[in-house]
Amino acid sequence: MGRIVLDQVNKSFDGVEVIPPLDLTIEDGEFTVFVGPSGCGKSTLLRLIAGLEDVTGGQIHIDGKDSTQLAPAKRKLAMVFQSYALYPHMSVRNNIAFPLKMAKLGRDKINSKVMAAAEVLNLTDYLERRPGLLSGGQRQRVAIGRAIVREPKAFLFDEPLSNLDAALRVEMRLEIGELHKRLATTMVYVTHDQVEAMTMADRIVVLKAGNIEQVGSPLELYSKPKNVFVAGFIGSPSMNLLEGPEAVKLGAKTIGIRPEHLSISDQEGVWSGIIGVSEHLGSDTFFHVKCDAFPEPITVRASGEVSLHYGEKVFLTPNHAHLHLFSDDGLRIA
Amino acid sequence: MARSNSMQLKMLTTVAAWSIGLMIFFPILWTILTSFKTEAQAIASPPLFLNFDWTLENYQVVQERSNYMRFLWNSVFIAGGSTLLGVLIAVPAAWSMAFVPSKRTKDILLWMLSTKMLPAVGVLYPLYLIFIELGVLDTRLGLIVVLMLINLPIIVWMLYTYFKEIPGEILEAARMDGATLKSEIFYVLMPMAVPGIASTILLNVILAWNEAFWTLNLTAAKAAPLTAFIASYSSPEGLFYAKLSAASTMAIAPILILGWFSQKQLVRGLTFGAVK
Repeated sequence: MGRIVLDQVNKSFDGVEVIPPLDLTIEDGEFTVFVGPSGCGKSTLLRLIAGLEDVTGGQIHIDGKDSTQLAPAKRKLAMVFQSYALYPHMSVRNNIAFPLKMAKLGRDKINSKVMAAAEVLNLTDYLERRPGLLSGGQRQRVAIGRAIVREPKAFLFDEPLSNLDAALRVEMRLEIGELHKRLATTMVYVTHDQVEAMTMADRIVVLKAGNIEQVGSPLELYSKPKNVFVAGFIGSPSMNLLEGPEAVKLGAKTIGIRPEHLSISDQEGVWSGIIGVSEHLGSDTFFHVKCDAFPEPITVRASGEVSLHYGEKVFLTPNHAHLHLFSDDGLRIA
Repeated sequence: MARSNSMQLKMLTTVAAWSIGLMIFFPILWTILTSFKTEAQAIASPPLFLNFDWTLENYQVVQERSNYMRFLWNSVFIAGGSTLLGVLIAVPAAWSMAFVPSKRTKDILLWMLSTKMLPAVGVLYPLYLIFIELGVLDTRLGLIVVLMLINLPIIVWMLYTYFKEIPGEILEAARMDGATLKSEIFYVLMPMAVPGIASTILLNVILAWNEAFWTLNLTAAKAAPLTAFIASYSSPEGLFYAKLSAASTMAIAPILILGWFSQKQLVRGLTFGAVK
């Protein structure tokens, strides 16, 4: 069981409020991702849940128990840090066994649990090594191993993949996803990478300056962003957010259209423009088009390889079913 | 051109470093040499460097006249005890300053260091009276406490510097893993800071061993360490340089040997954090 409820939780550092009072419920077994730009308070929020920071006000309930004043060790949560935070002077075996030793388990029990965790994480051959001799991916596995042996109520991940290279990151992403499916334990995951958020989460919490901008499933956020910030933050490449007379014509301050919801043609269309830089990915081609109607260039996705060249005149047509309209205060109208 | 210049510079700095090193070492060398001379040779003018009749007579006399082992044991006990006690107090202090600093931490550190600038003689009188009052005058315990207090700022400063280098996330990980404060310090912080703690201990043993002002003023016979042993050869019987030198050599030999063997560790520890 691992249901976490934040009730009017807020945090100030030296009188500066970094997290205004917020409410959030993380359901048992759910994979929740906190995402937002750096400095948005997502790590602080995670550390408040962990107990590594004290809340300034509000309450944190873990499984119905008020844990606001509990020491980190007493909350029965496990955390995986960005820097791995392994104990450099201990072997992999002792690193994984450390939480069990602290819990004063018997030696046999510790051994069997460590072996089981090592097997799951492919660490059996490295048990006697020091962390300094492991690769980044292996270190992160040890950190995860140290977390799972405790059988915690919830796992807290603080940007665990940002120190890994791109290929390894994709691999570890899948491994963590796999782990979640198998353990079905609550996981709270902090990242600034919206791709990680989209691919792993059951539910995403988008944060900006300590405020929750929107909570929802990845597809909900993708198709119905509540405001301009979420619209621009979720999705890669990001949504085109356009202002000007064309937007006013539709009764909005800003209109949003994703690159894949625009069609490009050299014959006809609604908005005319000139092709700027294009990015060829093989499966897709992204064109950055400078339109007459808007000051900002518009990103368009074309499926497959499309041969349109720099400086060519083209026409763009938005798919009206996927047009997002935002009011003056940035909120979604339709 | 640049190459030959840098070669010259290298030679120049090497010569300079050796000269300064020899200058610093010279008094010790002279003391050791004098200890093997007769009293007449010791005050000969011009001074004799190596061309004298080497003798062990001074060492024999010193051995017969005073109980070297008793002074040595007092020194070991006082230097070791004050260092150990100091480290025990300083580890938690440095932990809190390094990992849970407050707005005043920097001020406290500076204030602690400023106590080292106090002229010791300024507090001698009150401290002497307190020692009499508490009945710890001329006891090892009294000296252990005083030397510990005197060196405590240095111990805290050094440990603080080493602890600062340890990533806080590792300690947080320990906290998440269920470690109590005590386990966090014993199983995680201290093993990671072993090189730093070792240098701190070494330096403080040396400082306490060499400390003369308090050891001379607060002891008489029972708790007198090697500094008092040297002093006992200085004045009352006139200037017996050779015997004084023999006593000095015996007094500094243990710490000199300890310093020699641990110099790498010491230098590494003292420059820790300065070069990354």
